[in-house]
Amino acid sequence: MGTMLKIDNINVYYGAIHAIKGISLEVGEGEIVTLIGANGAGKSTTLRTISGLLKPKSGTITFEGKEIAGLAAQDIVKAGISQVPEGRRIFANMTVMENLDLGAFIRKDKEGVQKDLKNVFERFPRLEERKNQEAGTLSGGEQQMLAMGRALMSRPRLLLLDEPSMGLAPLLIREIFSIIADINKTGTTVLLVEQNANMALSIASRAYVLETGRITLSGDAEKLAASEDVRKAYLGG
Amino acid sequence: MDFMQQLVQQLINGISLGSIYALIALGYTMIYGIIKLINFAHGDIYMVGAYIGYFSITMAHLSIVPSLIISMVVTGLLGMLIERLAYKPLRHAPRISVLITAIGVSFFLEYTSMYFVSPTPRTFPAVFDNIAYHFGPFIINGQQMLIFGITFILMVALTYIVQRTKIGKAMRAVSFDTETAQLMGIDANRIISITFGIGSALAAAGGVLVGVYYNSIDPLMGIMPGLKAFVAAVLGGIGILPGAMVGGLILGVIEALVSGFVSSTFRDAAAFAILILVLLFKPSGIFGKNTREKV
Ligand SMILES: Nc1ncnc2c1ncn2[C@@H]1O[C@H](COP(=O)(O)OP(=O)(O)OP(=O)(O)O)[C@@H](O)[C@H]1O
Ligand SMILES: [Mg+2]
Repeated sequence: MGTMLKIDNINVYYGAIHAIKGISLEVGEGEIVTLIGANGAGKSTTLRTISGLLKPKSGTITFEGKEIAGLAAQDIVKAGISQVPEGRRIFANMTVMENLDLGAFIRKDKEGVQKDLKNVFERFPRLEERKNQEAGTLSGGEQQMLAMGRALMSRPRLLLLDEPSMGLAPLLIREIFSIIADINKTGTTVLLVEQNANMALSIASRAYVLETGRITLSGDAEKLAASEDVRKAYLGG
Repeated sequence: MDFMQQLVQQLINGISLGSIYALIALGYTMIYGIIKLINFAHGDIYMVGAYIGYFSITMAHLSIVPSLIISMVVTGLLGMLIERLAYKPLRHAPRISVLITAIGVSFFLEYTSMYFVSPTPRTFPAVFDNIAYHFGPFIINGQQMLIFGITFILMVALTYIVQRTKIGKAMRAVSFDTETAQLMGIDANRIISITFGIGSALAAAGGVLVGVYYNSIDPLMGIMPGLKAFVAAVLGGIGILPGAMVGGLILGVIEALVSGFVSSTFRDAAAFAILILVLLFKPSGIFGKNTREKV
């Protein structure tokens, strides 16, 4: 299993604000890697930079051996990376079906898209029941499922998830995480950003801890979950 | 019965004029929807469209429909070029900079046109003999039939593109949430460019039709209809396509009724009175939701 994504010493700014200060991280093919940290640590900024919505001022991002830092966002999707953004960001004024169609925007293989649509509906039966419903009328959990289904429709090799548990009830969080683990088992590599460190560490193989733009800890997820520092800071003692 | 007859006749006139407002308003609303810009140069795009139609008819000796198509294509490309040169470099600039640039583009189009085609109004050639269709006591002339027909076809085509095609879905996605649209692999710059193209082509159609209807065009002809179409777009709910269509028609009908039953002096005042009333009582327009969709 090789390295799929390699971020090397990137710096990202919002105007004068230095949000990411020399981060390096790696995601191996087939892994679930999680990036945890408090509010404002720079987790979303990292994912937005990988997706090409922000350009790093310096440093490199390689995906499957190709340099992708500086590519336009649409070319990064075409390269095989898709993102479920923070707060889901579904197209609320469109139907569930139209949202899923947009997820498959870059694809030309109609049959493959049909097959993936079937898979998404199998994974999220509620989306099929509501496929003609306006997406804005879905419940929070259903919207999260739609955002995930939409991201899967591009058939990504690397899936970026930004706080999928945000605002969901505990039972639903567990369901979402078991779906993430399952998506990973069927062959999609996952980079998961979470504030819910407990859940994230339970499904990830490795983890990075981000604090105000810097990675302060990294390693095996189980070991981090057991570490005194992480328990104090992120797992509530 | 005389009153009824006059009323219906004014309605016919109002719908003709309103169709033209609607065609221009659609471009305003599409461009606003996608980059939140009130494109003040849009009325001048409509003027350019009228001149291209004029030259296609008088110099290339084409008939009305090919002239209309040429005008729409060329003006559409011009709209895309303006977007590329004037607005795209300002994509991340403050909104006011873009607005001021739009005013600059407007002057640029008006006075460059004056230089090339002279400020004197030109007589748009008659494309029909003076035919009039009598429906009982009512009269619809050939120009009005043309306006109804072309506007109807263009609106159906636009609705189809926006609702049913992949490009249309991408346009709606970019206008709802540009960043997330990009995460779907949509090239937002390309979609914005296409939107300017379509919006400008619709304005061009309005320009040619107005030439046919009023027989006179000049380089400043876009100012007033541009403002009126803006009122129509706000009236319907800016950013909402059916709003622009309905807003344009309502405005046209109100103007025709005011000039028919009150006095044509008050016609323009009526349009702006409507703008003020809408802004006071329902700023989001007839079709607008009161909550803003974009966070
Ligand atoms: N558009 C922006 N303009 C300026 N500063 C920003 C912008 N977006 C984020 N920041 C700043 O960058 C830093 C990192 O923000 P980011 O959104 O990446 O944090 P996060 O780890 O995702 O936090 P959260 O858990 O709250 O989502 C913060 O200090 C934030 O204030
Ligand atoms: Mg975040």
